[in-house]
Amino acid sequence: MQGIALAIVLVGIVLGAVLVTLSGIWWLPPLASNWGSIDTMLIITLVVTGLAFIGVNVVLAYFVFRYRVKEGQTAIFLPDQPKLEKVLLYITSLGIIVLLAPGLFVYSRFISPPREAMVVEVVGQQWTWGYRYPGGDEQLGRADPRLIGPQNPFGLDLDDPASQDDILIAPGGQLHLPVGKPVLLEIRAKDVLHSFYVPQFRIKMDAVPGLVTKLWFTPTKTGTFEVLCAELCGIGHFNMKSAVVVEGPEEFERWLKEQPTVAQTLGPR
Amino acid sequence: MEHPTHRARVEHEAHHEPTGFWRRYIFSQDHKVIALQYTITALLVGAVGMGFSWLLRLQLGFPGEFKFIQPENYLQFVTQHGMIMIVYLLTALLLGGFGNYLIPLMIGAWDMAFPFLNMLSYWTYLVSVILLFAAFFVAGGPTGAGWTLYPPQSVIEGASPGAGWGIRLMLISLAVFVAAATMGGLNYVTTVLQGRTRGMTLMRLPLSVWGIFVASVLALLAFPALFVGGVMLLLDSLAGTSFFVPTVNLFGRQLGHEGGNPILFQHLFWYFGHPEVYIVILPAMGLVSDIIANHARKPIFGYRAMIWAILAIGAISFVVWAHHMFVSGMNPYFSFWFAVSTLAVAIPSAIKTYNWLLTLWGGNLRFTTPMLFAIGFVSTFVAGGLTGLFLGNVVVNVHLTDTYFVVGHFHLVMGVSAILGIFAGLYHWFPKATGRLYNETLGKIHFWVTFIGTYLIFFPMYWLGFLGVPRRYFSFSAVESLPPSAQGLSAFITVVALIVGAAQLLFAFNLIWSALRGKKSDGNPWHATTLEWQTPTTPPPHGNWGPEEPAVYRWAYDYSVPGAPQDYIPQNVAEVPAATQKK
Repeated sequence: MQGIALAIVLVGIVLGAVLVTLSGIWWLPPLASNWGSIDTMLIITLVVTGLAFIGVNVVLAYFVFRYRVKEGQTAIFLPDQPKLEKVLLYITSLGIIVLLAPGLFVYSRFISPPREAMVVEVVGQQWTWGYRYPGGDEQLGRADPRLIGPQNPFGLDLDDPASQDDILIAPGGQLHLPVGKPVLLEIRAKDVLHSFYVPQFRIKMDAVPGLVTKLWFTPTKTGTFEVLCAELCGIGHFNMKSAVVVEGPEEFERWLKEQPTVAQTLGPR
Repeated sequence: MEHPTHRARVEHEAHHEPTGFWRRYIFSQDHKVIALQYTITALLVGAVGMGFSWLLRLQLGFPGEFKFIQPENYLQFVTQHGMIMIVYLLTALLLGGFGNYLIPLMIGAWDMAFPFLNMLSYWTYLVSVILLFAAFFVAGGPTGAGWTLYPPQSVIEGASPGAGWGIRLMLISLAVFVAAATMGGLNYVTTVLQGRTRGMTLMRLPLSVWGIFVASVLALLAFPALFVGGVMLLLDSLAGTSFFVPTVNLFGRQLGHEGGNPILFQHLFWYFGHPEVYIVILPAMGLVSDIIANHARKPIFGYRAMIWAILAIGAISFVVWAHHMFVSGMNPYFSFWFAVSTLAVAIPSAIKTYNWLLTLWGGNLRFTTPMLFAIGFVSTFVAGGLTGLFLGNVVVNVHLTDTYFVVGHFHLVMGVSAILGIFAGLYHWFPKATGRLYNETLGKIHFWVTFIGTYLIFFPMYWLGFLGVPRRYFSFSAVESLPPSAQGLSAFITVVALIVGAAQLLFAFNLIWSALRGKKSDGNPWHATTLEWQTPTTPPPHGNWGPEEPAVYRWAYDYSVPGAPQDYIPQNVAEVPAATQKK
């Protein structure tokens, strides 16, 4: 009785898991960056692990059903079968290689930003995000957390000429980006750990006080995309949101020109 | 190998049974009493941990309905739930409870190598539990920084709930726990190596002992990293040092720290934290192996391969830790190594799974409550373990890390599996420990609700993870891109969690009632081969064996040996009747 029930439940679990996953009700949000290769890797992994999940549970269910205790049935004495064990070992190892090799290849691209990538700084703080563009000189001015003050929320070194033409989007603002152009984010945090996460871009990187962390991608669709914080950062963590506005190159340039530079807001020292 | 004076001393102690209530039941040096003390304490602490999971699930399923749950105490529930379950329940119960009970009995020893240290281990553990709960009574309450306790937020007052004495008590409690675990671990390792009876070679040990033994070695090597990290974090909090806290500006306020590195803490934490997963799962795997073999009436399949797999998992577990840190900002080139080592762990884990399946193949399966839980373990271990292949493959990790996918993964693979393994073990050895039988019907109801329920709770979290729902969120209301059905799924999970939690009351009732009123059990109700079932009386007496330790003549898995008169041959039986012997 218990054996039959367990076999049915195990098969039911497999069916439920497979059907709901295939139905796509709860699936990856639509992709809006160049990281389609991450989705491909995820799907390859889903297929390989899915087959293993189905295989193990179905075999388990079959054995549970077939060998449930019966009058007059005796167990076979089978302590070992080296040949079978070897075959299983090879199949498993092959599965791992099939996952790792392409995975590491995609990762090597994930950590190699193209030279022409546009640099933008992201600054996390409890519980909001700010952004900084390098301006005409394409160089972010020097910053130091010790210089952060009410007038200078990013802690810029105003003596550094490179900082004069930087463009600041105060915490709470949105990140604007041109579609189709690679972006390299340089991420900082002012207080505690945060993590810059845009589900639709498939990107995530922690913001760490005392460090600059990096992340690159190319937005491929115009529109507004949600930014979430993915590293626990205190009571406002669930509400630490921002948005990425991806627009056509001309629109982006127009928007950027409208933004005041550091020289215009904080002034030279 | 045996040290004569040590042996004489153990013998001396074992044969001088203490008299008087206090020495026998409270400050006892008998490994069986200490095992029960550990087990009962850990289960009570675990009940509190489960209570926290109910509270946090109430908020997640029905946000806004329960006004007393606010972001502050929500995060405190999450943090305390995690820490309690992993350290104070699973680790304490599997090593302190099962390790203590089973090692001396299974290897044919009178007691642990160091009985006094063993007693001290339990009382030190109890102090750590008291310190843990003391944090609820200090200003600000316990820490709400997540069980990972990541600085800077965990130690900067105002950055996270309980960042004052809450986090300090947490760290002190952990340091005390490490001391307790070290005393226990030294004991378990020494006893397995030195206390085995005549004929009990390492390659005749039951897999329970192998799992607990290797887990104890891991604990001895991994816990020091937690201790060191914890002490440095405590200094950052108490003395204003800057081991982990860099220059920080909190809400416009400059703090005095400078030059610390938050990522250094993460390395120390996970250098402990990853082996910790195996400290919990290896003993559970061992228990499950023995229970499956016994109730399938078949030798465990591939005994040697099982041992090599345990050793391989133990060794590799020390070189995978930074897969918890793929997007932490550490040097990105590290990830190549950590992805390879992480996926390599899948191979010995898969071998173990195949061998459990092949043990069932051709068996004569008795679906007792422990057997059901053991089979449940295999299924949930696979359901949770396989998703480790998503998270370990660094580039797939990027989207899924810090989402509900991770929550589903680690709960199934080391939370649910470990606890199903524990339930299997508690039911299986209950007749030995109490001399009575548990109620089989209640046990089976407990199994069905728990097994199906935990699948329904944690499997849907994978789908939430695909959607990109971050973990440790007080509510998803601010996440606009989520379909409304995600909140529905969350409510469903909460309802199931409440039901599964309630089913644990059946378990508690069954244990207590059966221990007092259950049917009397004989010494070997499962017809098992291993030594603990061959004691002269049940429950085993002080010293376990009476005047003479048992001698061992065979491995632990002589089930259904062809030609033998019964379908099992105990390890201490020298010869099967000659007429029927063939092999």
